[in-house]
Amino acid sequence: MLQIPVVRDILEANERIAAENRRIFDENKVFVLNLMSAPGAGKTSLLERTIDALSSEIQIGVIEGDIQSSIDAERLSKKGIPAVQINTDGACHLDGNMIHGAFGHLDLKAFDLLIVENVGNLVCPAEFNMGEDHKVMILSVTEGDDKPEKYPLMFHESSVLLINKIDLLPYIDCDVGRIKEVSLRINPNLEIFEISCKTGEGIDQWINWLSSRNQSQG
Amino acid sequence: MHELSITQSLLEIVNQEVAKHAISRVTAVKLKVGKLRAIEPTSLTFCFEVLSKDTPVEGAELVIDLVPVRGKCSGCGELFEVDGVLFTCPNCSGHNIKITGGRELYIEEIQGD
Repeated sequence: MLQIPVVRDILEANERIAAENRRIFDENKVFVLNLMSAPGAGKTSLLERTIDALSSEIQIGVIEGDIQSSIDAERLSKKGIPAVQINTDGACHLDGNMIHGAFGHLDLKAFDLLIVENVGNLVCPAEFNMGEDHKVMILSVTEGDDKPEKYPLMFHESSVLLINKIDLLPYIDCDVGRIKEVSLRINPNLEIFEISCKTGEGIDQWINWLSSRNQSQG
Repeated sequence: MHELSITQSLLEIVNQEVAKHAISRVTAVKLKVGKLRAIEPTSLTFCFEVLSKDTPVEGAELVIDLVPVRGKCSGCGELFEVDGVLFTCPNCSGHNIKITGGRELYIEEIQGD
């Protein structure tokens, strides 16, 4: 009987593609964010707010991920920025290979900032690297304050947590303090911003974070 | 999550090793799977049985070694096993914990003839 030591990472193929994507992003000096959340938490709305605030200063591009439809890419194209739609036809997250496939439709040299809006899903996207600089997640207050405990990996992997829809707090039971406390236990380095994409409250904190990180990336 | 696509990736690697070492039949595949990866062992085993049919890997035992989540406190240096998802140092109650184990997902060894 043969006993063969292997010690190979099962997702090495994805990690290799993610590293190659990273190399291409660095070569083109693009700052890349992987934006994740459950469906309906406000990813596309956040992108609209971000584009409104920054598109006169920096060049922004977007890769949209959805199982079906180009609704989100069309929404963002109306803002005048290049948006490529990936339809996964069933896959519940984007991975390095899908992002790599989108490069042919984008002039990466032209962008300062590329935001990948991942498929709406609080579970899977956290597992798959695509070569991004940061993972950014949104949790809306209507989803409940127990979500960090129930879905810890995404909170653990993210650099930023945006708590959205705070304009609705008077109408629901949500302990924002609890969300923040548990999230920081899971990830003490998590930057947390309370925002409303509807009213614009708190968006400036997010824009400041983004601007300072984008600049320091060069 | 994604036990099916993980099994596909796993079998690609196993088949590469089978070809490299001229194995005619695989009897066991040993994995290290960290608990932070949220992979369900029963589901993974089921997918493995289905996808390995009619290949040299059919009938092989999938041995899954679940690796606990371990951390090192950046404050006091304590090494400990993390209980649940709340990363708190049992020695000094500090919250700045570096994960040192629990994120593994690799093939450790293949056995065969």
